[in-house]
Formats: sequence, C-alpha cells, structure tokens
Amino acid sequence: MTFTMSRRLAILLLVLLAALALFPLWGKLAFAAKFPFLMQKLTGIMILAILAMSLDLLVGVAGLVSLGHAAFFGLGGYVLAMMSPQYEAANLWLVLPCALGVTALASLVVGFLSIRTSGIYFIMVTLAFGQMGYYFFNDSKAAGGSDGAFIYVKPAVEAFGVTLLDLDQKLTFFYVALGTLVAVYALLRLLLASPFGRVVRAIGVNEYRVQGLGFNPMAYKLVAFTIAGTIAGLGGFLAATQYGFVNPAMLGWHQSGHVLVMVILGGMGTLFGPVLGAFILELAHFAFESVTDHWLLPMGVMVIAIVLLLPKGVAGLLIQWTTLPPPQAGEGGERSETGEGPHPPTAARRVPPSPASGRGEVKEAPP
Amino acid sequence: MDIWFFLIQVLNGVQYGLLLFLVASGLTLIFGIMGIINLAHGAFYMLGAYLAWWLAGLTGSLAAAVLLSLPLAAGIGYVIEALLVRVLYKRDHLDQVLLTYGLILIFNEAQRIFWGNDVHGVTMPAAFNWSIKLTEAQSYPSYRLFLSAVCAALAVAMYVVIARTRFGMWVRAGASNRDMVAALGINVKLLFGVVFAVGAALAGLAGALSTPITSVAPGMGDTVLILCFVVVVIGGVGSVKGAFLGAMLIGLADTFGKVFVPDYASFTVYGVMAAVLLWKPRGLFA
Repeated sequence: MTFTMSRRLAILLLVLLAALALFPLWGKLAFAAKFPFLMQKLTGIMILAILAMSLDLLVGVAGLVSLGHAAFFGLGGYVLAMMSPQYEAANLWLVLPCALGVTALASLVVGFLSIRTSGIYFIMVTLAFGQMGYYFFNDSKAAGGSDGAFIYVKPAVEAFGVTLLDLDQKLTFFYVALGTLVAVYALLRLLLASPFGRVVRAIGVNEYRVQGLGFNPMAYKLVAFTIAGTIAGLGGFLAATQYGFVNPAMLGWHQSGHVLVMVILGGMGTLFGPVLGAFILELAHFAFESVTDHWLLPMGVMVIAIVLLLPKGVAGLLIQWTTLPPPQAGEGGERSETGEGPHPPTAARRVPPSPASGRGEVKEAPP
Repeated sequence: MDIWFFLIQVLNGVQYGLLLFLVASGLTLIFGIMGIINLAHGAFYMLGAYLAWWLAGLTGSLAAAVLLSLPLAAGIGYVIEALLVRVLYKRDHLDQVLLTYGLILIFNEAQRIFWGNDVHGVTMPAAFNWSIKLTEAQSYPSYRLFLSAVCAALAVAMYVVIARTRFGMWVRAGASNRDMVAALGINVKLLFGVVFAVGAALAGLAGALSTPITSVAPGMGDTVLILCFVVVVIGGVGSVKGAFLGAMLIGLADTFGKVFVPDYASFTVYGVMAAVLLWKPRGLFA
C-alpha cells in the first residue's frame, strides 16, 4: 500500500506548486512594491516547510511528538556559522556535509536517549534536550552567546573553480529552497513507500503489534528520528545561509512549538499538509501583522477555529473536497454536509483511503 | 561556604519550589483527570500577576487585589473550559495542544491590549517591609517566608481535600479511571469544570502572590509553563505528590544552579529532568 493521493488533490497541489515556482514572474507584477520582501518571505517559508515536513515524519507518521525538533534546525545553522571563515566564503562541499553529519550525530544521540520514553514523556524529554541545546548556544561565548553569530559571506557553490550557483542572488536562492523542498518531499514519499517506511508507519499505528511481528520498533524509531533530525539540520543550514545570521532562538522551544503547530494545523501524516500549514501560518501572520498591531489575536482565533472545525487539519479538508463524488453521481453537495449519508456503491468505491488517516491504513498489512 | 548563605539559598529554593507547585499541581490534575494538555496554564499565572498588579493599583491594597484576582481567574478558567476545552475531550492530545496554543496567543495579546508591553512592579506591602537578620550582612525578607507559608498551607489543604473528602475521592478516581467515574453516575462535566477552574485559580494565585518579588512582564507565563511541565513530568503525570517533589527538586536545582554555575543555570533544570527521566522514564510517581 502506498501513500495514495487522489488525482484531483495531486493536480491541486501541482497547481499550487506551479504558482509558487512562477512567483518571481507574476509576483513582480502583482506586488511591485513589496516584491523583494515577499521573495525573501516565501523563501523563508519554504525552509520552514522543510522543517515541518521532517517533523511530520516523527509526529504524523511514527507517532513521536517531539517538542525539541528545532534544536537540530538551529544546530545545522550554527555549524555553518562556526565553520564559515570571517571574510571569505565557505566551501559548500565541505560545510554542508559537516552540518548534516553533525546534526545526524546529534539526533542519533538524542534519539537514542529519548525513544525509551513515550507519550507526553517523550514530548518532555525532547523539550529538555532542545532547551539544553538552546542554553548551550545561548551561554557559550564562542558561538556568540545570546546575540548569535553572523555569516558574512554565503557559502560558495563551486566545481573546479567555476561558480555553479550564486547563493547571494535572491532569485537563485529562491529556487534552491524550492528545489530542496520538492526534493525532501519526494525523498520522504519514497522513504515512506519503502519497506522501512511501512514499518515506521505501522509503529505509529500500533507499536506492540509491530513488535509482535518480529520487528524491533526501537531501531526503526531511532533511524526515523535521525533522518528527521538531519533534514531539520538541512533546513537550518538553508535558513542560516538565507539570513546570514544564527541565534539561539532558532533552537528554542518556541520555534519547536511553532513548527509543531504547522504540522498539526496542516494535517499530520500527510507530508504536504505541514507544508500547507507552514504557508498558512506564516502568510496569515504576515497578513494580520500588516493590518493590525494586535496580530496575535486573530492568529489565536484562527488556530482555535481550525482545531474546532477541521479535526484533520487543512490537508484533511482538501482530501475531503477532492474525493467527493462528482455531482452527477448523486447529490454530492448535500451528502457532503451530512457526511454519513448512504453512498451509492459507485461513489463509495471511488473514495480512496484518506492519507490523512495514514495511521489507519497500515492495519491492512498482508497476513 | 557560609552556613547562613547556604540556608538562604535553601529557603529561596524551597520558596520557589512551593510557588511552582501551586501552578504545577493544577497542571498535573488537569492532565491526570481530564486528559488535557493545557498549554494555556501558564497564561493563568500571568493573568493572576497582571490582575494583582492592576487591582493593587486600583484598590491600593495588594491583599485585596490578590483576593479579588482569585475568583476572576477561577471564573475565566471555568468559562474557557465550558466553551472551548470541553469540545476536545474525545479528541487527540495534539488537538488540545493546538487549541491551548491558540489560547496562549489570545491571552498574550489580550494582556498587551489591556495592560501594554511595559514591565511593571508591585511595591512590597508595608506589613512585610522587614526582614529577619541572620548575620551582620545577611538577612531574609519576611515576604518570602510568608509566601512559603501560604504555599505550604495550600499544599496541605490540597492534600486534605484530595485524601479526605468526597470531592477528593472523585478527583482521585477520575485520575485513575475517567470513564469508570462517569459510569458511576458522578457529574463528570461539573467535576472537570471545577478542576479546571481550581487549577486556573491556583496558577493565578501563584502569579498574584509572586508580584512583590518578581516583575510583572509579558511572556512571564511561558517560562513558568515550561518549568511546570518539567515539574509535572519529573513527578509523574497526574500525581500531586510527584508534582510536589518535582517542584522542590526543580526549585532547589534552579536556585543552586544560579549560585554555583551561573553561566549554565538554566541547564541544570533540564539536566535534572533528563537524568530523572532516563532513570525512571515515567517520572518518580507513576
């Protein structure tokens, strides 16, 4: 069984992706004055979306709710900041593998210690490790303390002395972030479709049954935790490159909580949901902020409304919309309101298992 | 090290721990009985502090302000439970996290709208403008002793209510098996509402009582919330006894961390927590 998605939903997401990819063209016409700012904003959101997707692997798929995920995000950024020479460009082929290696190692160690606990205890242990990371950089003089550290020159992407990409170019970096976002999504989709991914998804549904089938859930959870941490590190590396600046707040629990909200709001376990969550939350923040000084108020109301009205997040709503039977097959609109109405057999067969309930799917594992 | 200096630090640690206990006990009860992870609990602490500061300014008396802020915090807690939290009992924990996160945003903004972004302070009531002289150079402020006494008295009262009364029996029963309590014909809705309101009132009281010794500032709820989660988890979720022990441990660890390793003071709290959980993954009493 794969991570199924209805064709309509796939088309909808591709349209959104295309709109995003073409933003440098139409955005300039639509928002002439704010265009540079919006480019920067969207690039930042895409990086946060990468972080949210990696957290979804833990929260939505494996059932491991981490409240310290931003620690690896910040760590990836700090590795870049610490390794960058002051007035020269760092070599990307050196700093990127180092950043990924360090975050992979850190998440392996933290994961090894945390996965012994579960439920709310796991939330709190990851919070504790996240805060330890925060205070480590906050209190250490070498890393700039609470002021953070600057990266004056962006890493150079060169091969044999030829510059391949100029990360200083806003447009180039926009597409680097977009490409990474799509690549991470594809990677995670492939991973979840693999035998390894199936076991991780099954753990999210029923860990004991997985154990009963002869798997060692701890090993699978640890690998998933390490992969998620490393992807978060990649996101942090990109964020540090974009802003040319790292500070301890990147690692703090506020950041972790913020990303967790993106994941839940967007729709856990769907991978694309957290991406939508990142865009909705950040763009809503931006929109409210430009209208009122008291932007937290509408923001809070929006979050609460989404929880109360959309139990499966925004992704759940999209899945529901896109899997409705076509109108000619029956009174589609009416039935969607009652939800539980009697489905004609043709329409019922049309409805694929919803990815939002990804936790439920694996129950049909082959005997 | 000077024995008096050590004593002062112990007293400070105990006082801080008792204050944390007031907030954390509500948090652990709400989680244990209602199964709700209430991120907005720290907001009630902040609310209590701001109400006390604001009412002290209006009435001119901190005592009156504290006594007035108590029913206000309880009432707001009860209304929030009835309007919003009640919908989520059957939902996933993460939905509750998200909802109460939304509440934090609203509380923080409401605080900014009503009381602004400034940091405020409450002057020490005249009755406590003295301190106990320990040596030539060291003395201990009377208000902190009073605060410890109030918190300790409340802790004892809480113990008596939970261990000796019918209401406490429901609370204990609710913490061990919620569905069974409902099946036995106890008005669970009311029980939940009262527990939530009492939790909010305790957190508000802690905030109100702490105003003379800390500043009333935006974001004060968040810090306390995280520390209280640490306390609750160390003690074992749902256990009031555990919350008490955890609060003492964290209060002392924080105070002594600030004295001995000032650069890594915040580290000590989380270090203690990680150590406890690696030793006992479900907390001390669970």
